[in-house]
Order: sequence, then C-alpha cells, then structure tokens
Amino acid sequence: MSQPTTLFHKLWQAHVVRSLGEDLDLLHVDRHLIHDLSGARALTDLQERGLAVRNPELCIATPDHSISSQPGRTLASSPFGERLGGGLRKMAEAAGIPFFGLDHPNQGIVHVVGPETGFTLPGSLLVCGDSHTSTHGALGALAWGIGSSEVVHVLATQTVRQRRPQTMRITVDGELGQGVEAKDVILHIIGALGVAAGTGHAVEYAGTTIAALDLEGRMTICNLSIEFGARMGMIAPDETTFAYLKDRPLAPKGGAWDQALAQWRGLRSDEGAVFDREVRIDAADIAPQITWGTSPGQTLAITGTIPAPDSFVEAEQRNNTELALEYMGLSGGQPIAGTKVDRVFIGSCTNGRLPDLRRAAAVAQGRTVASHVTAWIVPGSAQVKVAAEAEGLDKIFLDAGFEWREPGCAQCVATNGETVAPGERCVSTSNRNFVGRQGPKARTHLAGPAMAAAAAIAGEITDVRNLTAVAEDK
Amino acid sequence: MEKLQLLQGVAAPLPRANIDTDIITPAKRLLDANRETMHQHTFEPLRFLADGDENPDFILNKPGYRDAVILITGRNFGCGSSRETAVWGLRGLGIRCVIAESFGDIFFNNCFQNSLLPIRLPGETIAELLAEAGNDQGNMQFQVDVANCTLTTPSGRTITFDLTPDRQTALLEGLDEVGQTLQEDAATAAFQARDRKARPWIYDLGTVD
Repeated sequence: MSQPTTLFHKLWQAHVVRSLGEDLDLLHVDRHLIHDLSGARALTDLQERGLAVRNPELCIATPDHSISSQPGRTLASSPFGERLGGGLRKMAEAAGIPFFGLDHPNQGIVHVVGPETGFTLPGSLLVCGDSHTSTHGALGALAWGIGSSEVVHVLATQTVRQRRPQTMRITVDGELGQGVEAKDVILHIIGALGVAAGTGHAVEYAGTTIAALDLEGRMTICNLSIEFGARMGMIAPDETTFAYLKDRPLAPKGGAWDQALAQWRGLRSDEGAVFDREVRIDAADIAPQITWGTSPGQTLAITGTIPAPDSFVEAEQRNNTELALEYMGLSGGQPIAGTKVDRVFIGSCTNGRLPDLRRAAAVAQGRTVASHVTAWIVPGSAQVKVAAEAEGLDKIFLDAGFEWREPGCAQCVATNGETVAPGERCVSTSNRNFVGRQGPKARTHLAGPAMAAAAAIAGEITDVRNLTAVAEDK
Repeated sequence: MEKLQLLQGVAAPLPRANIDTDIITPAKRLLDANRETMHQHTFEPLRFLADGDENPDFILNKPGYRDAVILITGRNFGCGSSRETAVWGLRGLGIRCVIAESFGDIFFNNCFQNSLLPIRLPGETIAELLAEAGNDQGNMQFQVDVANCTLTTPSGRTITFDLTPDRQTALLEGLDEVGQTLQEDAATAAFQARDRKARPWIYDLGTVD
C-alpha cells in the first residue's frame, strides 16, 4: 500500500513538469488570472521581449483594482481607469486572452470571478499576480499569489518555478456560535497563531466547522491565509464544492463532468497523512472579531479590551502595540465596543459575495445607517450584483441609507482613488488594516459583513449579537 | 538580470517587525509605477512627514546611512501584498541586500527576480547586527560575498548564510528565469499532451457567453 499523502502533495505532484533540484520544481499552470494593476504592464514587458503568451486560452483578464465603483461609472471615472483598465483590454485582446470589461456580465474582482464562472476547478493549479489568490484553494485548487516577474514567466512559459513549502493543517471542529461567521474564524486563527505563523507553509483547513461552511465562507477563510504568511490555503473538495460548481459556465459538462468528479473525489488528505505542523481550534472559542491595530493579527473578540503596551513582556511587541495604538488613535485598556466610526465598507475579494451581502442585509433590514456614517456596499462582481438585486438586497441597503455601488476592489486597496480620509475610522470587510492601506492615515478595523453592517447602523463598533437579539425580541 | 557577486557598504538598522509591502510602496504609487521612479516613494509613510518633507528620524534620512546598500530589519519583512514594486523601490534606493529573521514569502521570491539578496539569520544574530550597524553614525563597512555565502561585519566577524545553489548561480551569473525556462518548453509540451488525456476539462474550457 502506498504511503498516505496530503492533499497538498497530491495537487503538487500532479503538476510537476520537471524537477529542477531538491524541493524545486517546474510546475504547470492550469489557470492564470490577470487584473488591471499589473496585467497591461506584464503583457507589454512580454511583447518587448519578443515573446508571445503561450496559452492565452488558460487565462482570464478583468479590471478590478483601478476602476471606479461609482454608479454609472466608465473607465474615465477613476484617475487611472483608462490607462490601466483600457490598457489591459487592448493588450489582452491582442494576445487572445478572454477579457471581461466594464460592460461585460462577468466583470469583477479576479478572486470572485474565478470561482463563480467555474474557471477555478478542484485539482487545478492557479496563479495570479495578487497575494489573495489563496482564495481559490477553497475549491481544492492549488493557488497562490506571484510577483510581476513571475507573471511574465507564466505568460511566456505556462509554468512556474516553485520551491515546495512545508505543510500545515488547521483543524476547526464544532459549531459556530450565533453571530459568528467565516471571517471571525480566520481572524481568530490569525490572532491566535500570529501574522508569520504560516510563512513557508501550504495550509489545509479541515474539521467539522470548515465542512459546514458554504463555498463562499471557505473562500473567506482561504483568502486570508496570506495574512498569517501562508501563500497557499486549501480545503478538500466535497459535495458542497461539487454542487457549487455544477453548471457554472466554464466548468466541465456532460461526460467530462462525470470524469472530473471521479478524479476530484480523490482530492483529500489520506488517513494518517503527516503534516509538518498541526493546529487544532475549537469553534466554541470563537467570538465575532474586530481588529484594533495595523496588522490582521491584532484582533479581538468584540467583547474584548484593547491591549495596553505594558501588558506585553517582549519589547518588540510593546513597541508594535504602541505604534499601532498611536496610528489608530486608540487607548490601551479600553473596550473596543463603543469606538465611533466614520465609514463602513462591505465588499472585497474577502467578503464581497452573495452570502456576505445577505448577512449584511439581514442586519440592515428595517434599520438606518447612523447619520455621521458613510456606508458602502460594493458587490464583488457583476454576477453578485445582479443576483443580489434579484433578491432585493439593493433595496434593503438603499432604504437603510447604504450606497449600492459597482463591482471592483474599491476601498479595500483604494488604488482607484476611493480612499478613507486621513484620521477617518472605517470598519471594513476587506483583508488588510495596514498603515495607509485605505488611504494615508486611514484607520481600518477589519470585521465580517454582519459586524460591519452593525457598525454602520450603530455609528460605532458594536456587537452584532446585541442588534440581532433586539430584533428577535421584537 | 544584473549580477550580484560582492557587495560592500553601509548597513542601515531598521528595527521594526512586520514591515509590509504597503509601507514599502503605498498602493497609490503603483498606478503609474515604473522601475526608474519607484524609489521616490519607498517607505513613504516612514521616510516623509505629512508635509512631504523628509522625516529626520528615519534611518535612511540620517547622515551616514543615506547611501546604505544593506538593510537590517525586524522579522516578517515584506509581508502582505505581492507587489514587486517593493523590490524595485528598495533597489532604486541602492539597497542590494536585506537581512532579517524572516520574510514574507512572495517578497522573498520577488527579491531574486531583481538581483536583491534577502538573508535570513537567527533573531539573536539580527540583534547583534542591528547594534553594530547602529554604532558610530553609520559609515561602517559591511561586506556580502555571494560566492562564499558570507557576511562580514565592520568588527571583522564573519557570518555564513543559506542560499540555494540555483539562486546563488542566478545572482552570480545574472541569469533570468524566463530565459532558462523557455529552454524547457519541450518538457512543458510533453506534460500538456499527457495531461490533456487525463484531464481534458483543464484545456477545453467552455465560454461564459
């Protein structure tokens, strides 16, 4: 009998074109997603070197980073939309790469578009010049973010040179408490392990909590893998995955679907497979999370107290805490709940999918956004937007005083000019609370969509469970 | 790619953990990014004050460190976004080597695409190097020898570091990965021919229309 192996190992081995040395392999790239921030330049670099795109049919290009999210937008609505979005169109079309422009029904954030079109498949190796490419591992793909030189390499050769990482399995078991969602699970994990715990590792998420999540929740988990240093996060595909993919436009059909399914069912870590590191998390320990600092690991249960610098023994941690508190305009020792907010952003490749919007709408329904808060809903893709509108979610949000906007990365990374003003405080469903991420001196608190919607209504950071409890009493 | 064989010069101490690539090159500077001008914005939130003036407290603005070729810094340097502009920005400032306890994986990889050498050393060694680099207002000469994988400090101490043979060769000879992999195209073609039979759905995508 053969040695029990991990899901990671099976995915990796299936893509080795050639071994290039100890732990270094040349791997075949099955799927390549291209966006506007680096796409046009990479394609131009390639052209200048006299090289062609080797397999344009295995790529998809769509603008997401630089474009405006303003209703009625065009490429001209953002400062660099025409140059980067228009440039991508020109270069992608010339190379024969399928392109989903602003007027296309499949435009959206690359990490939302890939899964929802069925471009991302279990067992596929997918790369993109964006660190949140780990998202696609939620479907049982081997997926990770690459730099712009590597993007050129993939375009030219349809391969990537990669060193085999260590493996880690994070098992989460048990039922999630009321008001606790996938975002809270992964923020809790990052807070517990630290922001560099996953460095050099490919992470598999497993356990009953993960198995009970819908695909979109699993994408939220895998998406944030990079925020504790792991380039790759993955979840073994199961019946939930297959049901999600069936009939998606780019997924296999008919006999090919049956053949694929038979292979995909084997994509799981064998009983007894050995990981370099194992972590166990009890779902009962996870409360709704909100970050207080400038790193995703600086997270708290909503009922918690902002740490004081002198509560840390290690000088480096004391120093980090002081810097973070100063930037965030917060005092250690205070409860995080009750902190006044100026903006709320619900969207991004982390939390911009239909179930995310449904959870936010459930909180928003019949309530009103606090008068001092500007609150945005930015669907992750044109498909998400259409589906949400078909359910009337847009109406719920608009009635409550939220803005209902056009799909893209928008205020997560603010490269389209949609920044949070200096000193403003924003509760955001995105992935990074880094210094200056949402704009110079912007103060970001990461949370899930329900918590973000609750902050918009209350005008301050608040426990979503209190709002929903009031609703249930009524 | 430019070769990197022997490097000699000042090392700047930047004792701060988790410096992410948003700090090294803020997102708004990526839009009209190019290799030649990216250094104008490197470390922008740390290097400049709100009014655009240089922050005199930032190490690379201090006399003796302005021409640093090595950066010694805290753990998890270059975490976060995959933006390769972070490496361009460091190169543009003249930095050819970054020494830290650990690095963000994507940044670490990106360094080798641009002839920037990232060196991982234990935390206690980093603490000693930070102290030595912080002595005497800079102007102290460190030396990195890629062929021998050694770092020599101003006090004459020699420390060896790990570097995989393929990366060492690429740095020493200035090899470019695209050029190397194009030589392997027959292997890629053979892989695809074989794989197309096993997984036809990977190659025969439907259309969204």
